[in-house]
Amino acid sequence: MAITRETVLHVARLARLELEGDEVERMQRDLGNILGYMQQLSELPADGIAATAQVATECAPLRDDALIPSLDHELALAEAPRRGGGSFAVPGFVDE
Amino acid sequence: MAKALDLPVAELAAAVKKGELSAAELARGALERIREKASLDAFLHVSEEPVLKAAAELDRRRAKGETLGALAGVPIAIKDALCTTDAPTTCASRILTRRGADGRPGNAAAGWRPPYDATAVARLRAADALLVGKTNMDEFAMGSSGENSAFGPAKNPLDPTRTPGGSSSGSAVAVAGGMSSASLGSDTGGSIRQPAAFCGIVGIKPSYGRVSRYGLVAFASSLDQIGPFARDVRSAAHVLQAIAGADARDSTAASVAVGDYAAACERDVRPLRIGLPEEYFAEGLDPEVAERVRAAVSRLEREGCAVRPVKLPHTRYGVATYYVVATAEASSNLARFDGVRFGLRVEPERGNLNAMYGATRDAGFGAEVKRRILLGTYVLSAGYYDAYYRKAQQARTLIRRDFEEAFRDVDVIAAPTAPMPAFRLGEKIDDPLAMYLADIYTLPASLAGIAGLTLPCGNTRARADRPALPVGLQLLAPAFGEEKLLTVAAAVERLCRS
Repeated sequence: MAITRETVLHVARLARLELEGDEVERMQRDLGNILGYMQQLSELPADGIAATAQVATECAPLRDDALIPSLDHELALAEAPRRGGGSFAVPGFVDE
Repeated sequence: MAKALDLPVAELAAAVKKGELSAAELARGALERIREKASLDAFLHVSEEPVLKAAAELDRRRAKGETLGALAGVPIAIKDALCTTDAPTTCASRILTRRGADGRPGNAAAGWRPPYDATAVARLRAADALLVGKTNMDEFAMGSSGENSAFGPAKNPLDPTRTPGGSSSGSAVAVAGGMSSASLGSDTGGSIRQPAAFCGIVGIKPSYGRVSRYGLVAFASSLDQIGPFARDVRSAAHVLQAIAGADARDSTAASVAVGDYAAACERDVRPLRIGLPEEYFAEGLDPEVAERVRAAVSRLEREGCAVRPVKLPHTRYGVATYYVVATAEASSNLARFDGVRFGLRVEPERGNLNAMYGATRDAGFGAEVKRRILLGTYVLSAGYYDAYYRKAQQARTLIRRDFEEAFRDVDVIAAPTAPMPAFRLGEKIDDPLAMYLADIYTLPASLAGIAGLTLPCGNTRARADRPALPVGLQLLAPAFGEEKLLTVAAAVERLCRS
C-alpha cells in the first residue's frame, strides 16, 4: 500500500513528532508495508459485530469515595526539567 | 551460596526464614552473578546499595524473632517499565532520562526517579523480596527481540549471538542466567511468554485484571499485564501469589478472588481436558517446535488427560488486529512524554511550546516507538478510523468468541509459544513486519484478556546453523483460570523431566 510523503508528515504533525532526514522515507516505506498487511481486516465480514474496547470491565471494582492525600507538590515537581514559581515552566505558547 | 541462589523460590524463602541462609549473603551472591554476567546486558541498573541495606535489615528482623514474608531474601529483578523509588525507571528510552552537560539525552543512570513504587513492586517489598535491579527491555515494551532498547540489546545466555526475545528481554536473561531467582515482566502481546520460551524458563501472563498495573508505564492499556518469570512452575506461582489481587489504585485490577497457586501446582491433572488448536500448527511453524509441543501434549494424554482438537478460526487476523489496537492505544498513552513534567526536554533556541514537543520527542524516542506512534495516529485519524480501528475492535470480539467457544469443550489450550526458537540478533531488525509476525501465537490471548503461561518442553536438536535451543509450550485458560494453567504446567514439567 502506497503512503505519500505528505501523509507521513501530516500524521507526524498530529503526533507532535519531528522526523529528520531519511526518517520520512523510512517511515513512508514501513507504514506502507504494515498498513498493507493490516488491510486484510477489510475482508473480515464484521457487520453487526460489537466492538471490543476493553475486556473484563464487569469485574472492575469502584473504590470508596473517600478523601486521600494526593502526590506531594514538591515531589511532583522534583523531576521537572525546568520549573518556576512552584510550577512546571514551558516556552511561551500564547501570541503577545 | 552459588547453589542456594539456584534453589526454587519457596525453598529459598523457607531457608531464610529459618535462618539457614542469610539474606545479606544471598544479596551479595546475586550481585556477584550480575557482575560476572555483565556482558549479557540484562540490567540497566543494579541496586547494589539499596539491596544490601534491605538484606541487612531482613537479617536483623529475623534475629529479633520477627516473622518474615513469603519471599524473604529472594533476589528478584524488575523490568524497567515498573516504577521504583530506589532506582531509576527509563523503559529503555532516552525520553525518560535527563540531558547530560553536552545537551544530549542521558544514559540509563540519568533515568527518571519515580515518586512512587508500582503496586506489584510494593507487594514484592512487603513480602520481603530483595529487589536487585532494573532489567533491559525493548523501548516502551515495543519489540520482540530486546533490540529496540535505547541502551543496547540483552543477549540470550544460551547463545549470546541470539536474542533472548522481547520485550521483557532482560527479565528473562536475569532468571535464565541465574542472576535472580525470579523477575517481573510485562506482557502486552507476548512480552513475557516469548522471551521465557526463547530462554528456556517459565513465564506467566496473568489474565487481564489479575495484577494491578499501578506504576507500570502504560503501553496499550486494554492489553498490558504484569507477570513473573522463574526457572520452575512452582516458583513462578509463588511470585504470582504475592502480586495478584485487587488494588484501590487501579480500577482494572479485578475484584475476583485470588486462587491458591501453590496448591494448584499439586492437583491431579487427569480431569482436565486439553485442546489443540490446528490454526497454531500452520505454515511458518518450525517443524522441531511443532514436534516438541506435540510430544509434550502426548505425555499429558498418556497421563490420562483427554486431548481434543479445537478451532480458533480468527487466529489469522490476530497480528493485524493487535498492531492496530496496540499502536492506537500507544499513540495516545505516549502523548504524556512531552518534556514538560519529567524526563528529557529539548528546547530549540527559538521556538514555542510545539517546537519543544517536536524536538523532545524526536530526540527521545527510538525508531520503533516513532513507527508505532505514527501507525496509531494514522489508524485513529479521520477517514481511517472505521477501516482500521473499528474493524480491529470487531475482529477482537471475534477472537474472544473463538476462545469462549473452545473453552466450552476444553479446560486448557496447548500450543507453541513462538513459531521458532530464539533467532539471531539482527536477523529481523530491518523488517518490522517480520518481527511482528514472530508474535503470531501470543497475540490472540492478549486480545482476549485470558490467562497464559509458557514453560520449556524440550530442546531442538543441535545442527550446523544453530545450537540446541529451548522450545516453549504455551498453555491458555479462560480469564482468571490461572490455577488450571498451573496444574497442567506442573504436570508437564514433571513429565518432561522424567
